[in-house]
Formats: sequence, structure tokens, C-alpha cells
Amino acid sequence: MTAPLLETRALTRNFGALLATREVDFRLDAGARHALIGPNGAGKTTLVNLLAGVISPTRGQVLLKGRDITGVGQAERVKLGIARTFQINRLFRGLSVLENVYIAVAERMGVAPSMFRPAGRRTDVVNESMHLLDTLRLTADAGRRVSELPYGRQRLVELAIALALSPEVLLLDEPAAGVPSAESHIILDAIDRLPPEIAVLIIDHDMDLVFRFAQRITVMVSGAVFASGTPREIGADPEVRAVYLGQTARG
Amino acid sequence: MSEYRGGAQARTALARRHRVRAWEPLPWIVALGFFFAFPKHLGFGTEVLVTILFALSLDLVLGYAGIVTLGHAAFFGVGAYTVGMLAKHGLWNEPLTSLALAGIVGAAVGLGSGLVLLRTRGLTLLMLTLCTMALLEEAGNLAHTWTGGFDGLDSLPIAPLLGRFEFSPLYPTTQYLYVLVVLFLCFVFVRTLVYSPFGQSLTGIRENILRMPAVGAPVPRRLAVCYTLSAGIAGIAGGIWAQANAYVNLGTLGLDRAATVLIMLALGGRGRLYGAFVGAIAYMVLSHFLSKIYPTAWQLGLGLLLVVIALFAHNGILGLGETVWRRLRVSRPLNMGAPQHRTPNPPL
Ligand SMILES: Nc1ncnc2c1ncn2[C@@H]1O[C@H](COP(=O)(O)OP(=O)(O)OP(=O)(O)O)[C@@H](O)[C@H]1O
Ligand SMILES: [Mg+2]
Repeated sequence: MTAPLLETRALTRNFGALLATREVDFRLDAGARHALIGPNGAGKTTLVNLLAGVISPTRGQVLLKGRDITGVGQAERVKLGIARTFQINRLFRGLSVLENVYIAVAERMGVAPSMFRPAGRRTDVVNESMHLLDTLRLTADAGRRVSELPYGRQRLVELAIALALSPEVLLLDEPAAGVPSAESHIILDAIDRLPPEIAVLIIDHDMDLVFRFAQRITVMVSGAVFASGTPREIGADPEVRAVYLGQTARG
Repeated sequence: MSEYRGGAQARTALARRHRVRAWEPLPWIVALGFFFAFPKHLGFGTEVLVTILFALSLDLVLGYAGIVTLGHAAFFGVGAYTVGMLAKHGLWNEPLTSLALAGIVGAAVGLGSGLVLLRTRGLTLLMLTLCTMALLEEAGNLAHTWTGGFDGLDSLPIAPLLGRFEFSPLYPTTQYLYVLVVLFLCFVFVRTLVYSPFGQSLTGIRENILRMPAVGAPVPRRLAVCYTLSAGIAGIAGGIWAQANAYVNLGTLGLDRAATVLIMLALGGRGRLYGAFVGAIAYMVLSHFLSKIYPTAWQLGLGLLLVVIALFAHNGILGLGETVWRRLRVSRPLNMGAPQHRTPNPPL
């Protein structure tokens, strides 16, 4: 078995008395399509925050390609190839779609500290941003202010910013959350078309999506990993069905 | 609108936004015109220009990076006292070099305090900037052998500019042109900065400070750089104020000045470069006339105006102008066919 791309060992995080993450041993392989499911409040977002370095664990380790990155901050982890989207949009709302992506591309290309050349003259950054918008079919909206876009399109910009970082690991926290079902296919199509070399961890409550998309599923309950396996194993697991799948409309 | 046109438009908007607009020479022409048209009011004119420079420095941190500070006069005062103390104690009085020093000292104080303060946000940051300024003010008060204490330092012996042009308090022609040139240079610097990738990342911090680390941006470092540059410009504004007036007092680093410049920027429109110009002029002209008409209650008039601005024109006078301009353009029949793709970051 190859070494995992991203791994946690006995990862634990508490908020006061609440154990939001308990002893989580998790692994994400290169190019994986991995889904993280679990009821509301199970600790899925907290795990993503720990992986992305937004919060630090109370105990345990996070490793990237075998290297301990537990003490590495959020911004530095992005440089190491870990990007994420947010369950609730975190966009540069007053700026155009193009500027939103430009900020991320400029950051990745190391252009952002430069002070004396106009941003628009950096055609390398602009071209790369436009190309990315093209692949997400956002070109027509490139000049529009993000806050003027319908929510579904805003979710796409959320994804675009993360992709602009050319990640090796992409953590998607409920990418279609809040999008009306008539529009959600835009997001799902975009996720289906993600480059195969990116390892994707997706949190979602839509079981059809999860079982169609994922090669591996991890189920979290009350902060701990409850089960982990292929979609077939998870779908057939009676305990999982009892605690989680049974409550949803599947099967 | 077709995909292609939307994308091409966005690309062009970004590629062109830093270009000098046809109207941009106008403020400078007006400023020069003022010099010839109102030789008796050059003292007031100089004060306005210095205030614009100070407001411009605040715009960089407040309007672009979104740092709300109530202590920006600290750097203005530090710059003013740098010039004042060097000249008064016979150490150095050559205007250009002491102005550069004022900028450097302002920037150094900005960097030092910024490294500590900028770790905080919102109200805490606001209070800490205020406290820093109050501490400096008190230090200035206590060190009166150096600073002149409450009375400040007057009759500063500033050497002639370039060895030739005297600073005359009665006929401040030298001061006016000198300040105008320095304002212009600083403006070109700030303008270049805000349209650069660095400036774009500052707007990113302003629009969503939580997202920035998630795109790999070193937010604290970037804020510190911005704060330092801004403090340097504020230091230059203070230094040049001391040179132009040949005195410096504790009022240069007081809350009054810090709050006034904030109000000016809100009035003119923050994050818009020219908001500093419009706000400073509007505020100073208004207070000038209001204080003549209602010597006792003129501040009430200013207060009312601010309430109106805060309620109905969140983005200041320039923001209001932009909204009206857009409405007019949208209602023109020529544009009825195509949906308006607004430029989110207007050139103003
Ligand atoms: N910063 C915080 N401070 C205190 N408690 C927190 C914090 N963040 C999360 N929690 C708590 O930790 C638990 C796990 O929250 P988390 O957001 O990770 O759940 P989730 O699985 O993502 O749920 P959902 O499906 O609703 O998004 C919840 O009980 C939540 O209230
Ligand atoms: Mg969540």
C-alpha cells in the first residue's frame, strides 16, 4: 500500500467540554474521491478545519506525505497544496468574479506582494484566471460583482477560488449547500469534471451524490469515525444504515 | 450577453482600470489655478492640501485594507515632531531631508505598533490605536524639554527650500507649491499601489479577511506592510504641516485630528483615492463657512450632514455620485438592449 497523501493520527479536538473530534485516524490517498458523511453536528466541518489548519488539534497529528504538519498554519498549508471551500460562502463579495479568482491565482504564483505593476498588466495571472473561469463555465459572469450573482453561481466561485490554488488536496465542505435543486447540477457537474489527479474530500448530505461520486466513504458520528469503506461496504453496513442512512430517504 | 463578450469585457476592465482617466488632471489644474486665483488664501489652501495628504494615507489602511483606526494622527504627530524637534534644537532644518526623516520615523512607529496591534480586529483594534495615540500624546506632554510640552514648539527655523525659496508665514507661496508637489508624488505612489497585485490583495483582506489565509495569503504581514506605508505618508503629512506652519503642538497627535480625518474620508468616500480630496475639501470648506454663519453651533450642521451621509450615502459623496451616474447611464436608451455589466471596482 502506498503512503497516504493526507493522514491524521488520533486527532482530537474539544471545544470546552464538547469533544468535536475524537481520536480520528483518517487517510486520504492521492487522487482519491472520498466522501465524509454524518448527521448534523457530527464534526465534519471541524475535521476539515483541522486538516486545513484553521484550528489546531487538542491532541494528535496531521501528516502530509508523511510529514508532520500539525503545527503548520493555514496559509502555509495552502502553499503545500491543501485547499478548501467553505460550507457558508466566504467570497470577496464586493469584487468581480475575475478579481476573486485573480486574488487566489496571484497568491499562488507569488505575484501578490508586487506593488509597482498594475494588476491588469499581469497577463499571466489574468489569463490563468480566465482559463479557470472558462473550465467552470463562469466566463460570462467574469465581470460581474459576486454579490449580484445567484447563489448557485456564487458557490461555483467558491469552488473556483479553491481550484485557483492548484491544490493536490481539495476539501469541499457541502459544496451544493443552499443551492436550489434546480441549480445544483451546475455544481455537481463541475465536481465531476475535477482533474483526476486532485485528491477530493467532499462533505455532503445528498446520498445520491455521495454514492455516485465517492470511491470511499467515511461516516462520522459524534466526533468519531463510525465506519469507513467503499460505497458498497458502507451501503451494506447495518449499523450505518441504522444510525444514519436509515434516517435519510435512501434505499 | 454571450460568454465571449462577458469574459472579454471583464478582462478589458481589469487591464484598463489603472489607466489615467481624462478627468484625472482636473484636480491638479484646479489646485494650480487656486494658486493664481486666490493668492490671499494660500494659507488655507496649504492646510487643505496637507489634510488631503493625511486623508489619503488613511484611505490606504481604511479604504483599501479595511483596518478601522482611530489613532492615525499618531503618525501625523510623530512626523510633525520629528521636523519640529530637529529644527528647534538646531540639529537639522533642511526641509527635504527632514521631511524624508519624518516619513521614515512615521513608518517606523507604524511598523512597531502595527506588528502588535494588527493581531487584533474590530473594536479591540480601534481602542488600541486610540490608546497608542494617547500614550504618544502624553509622552509628548511629559518630555517638555524636548517637545515644548503643552505649548509645543513655535518659530521653527526651517531652512529655505532647495536653499532658495523662503517659507514665509505671511505669503505662503513656497509652502503651497511645495505641499502640492509632495501631495502629487505621494498620490502617484498610492495610486500605483492600489492598482497593483498588492493593492488587489488588500481589497481581498477588506472584503473577506477570513478567506485570505485560505488562499495562502500572509495576512498579518501584508497588513503590517500596508500600515507601515500608510504611517510613513501620514508622517510626511505631519512633517510638512510643521514646516509649512513653522510650529508643532500636541494637537497634531490628538483625537480631534484623528477623528476629523476619519469623518472626512467617510464624507468623501473611502477606498476611492479621490475620496480623500472630495472629503477634505468638502469638510474644510463647509466648516469654514458654517463657522462664519453660526459661530456657536456650526458643528451641529456638520453633525447633521454626517448623519445624512451615513444614512443615505454609505459610500460618501463619490459613492453617491457613482450611483447617480450609473442610473443615468442605465436609463439611456442606447444601453437598454444589453444588461449592464458594472465594473465592480470603479476607477474613483
Ligand atoms: N468554534 C467552535 N466553538 C464551539 N463549538 C464548536 C465550534 N465549532 C464547532 N463546534 C461544535 O462542534 C460540533 C461539530 O460541529 P461541526 O460544524 O464540525 O459539525 P458538522 O458535522 O459540520 O455539522 P453540519 O452537517 O451541520 O455542518 C457541533 O456541536 C458544534 O456546535
Ligand atoms: Mg459542517
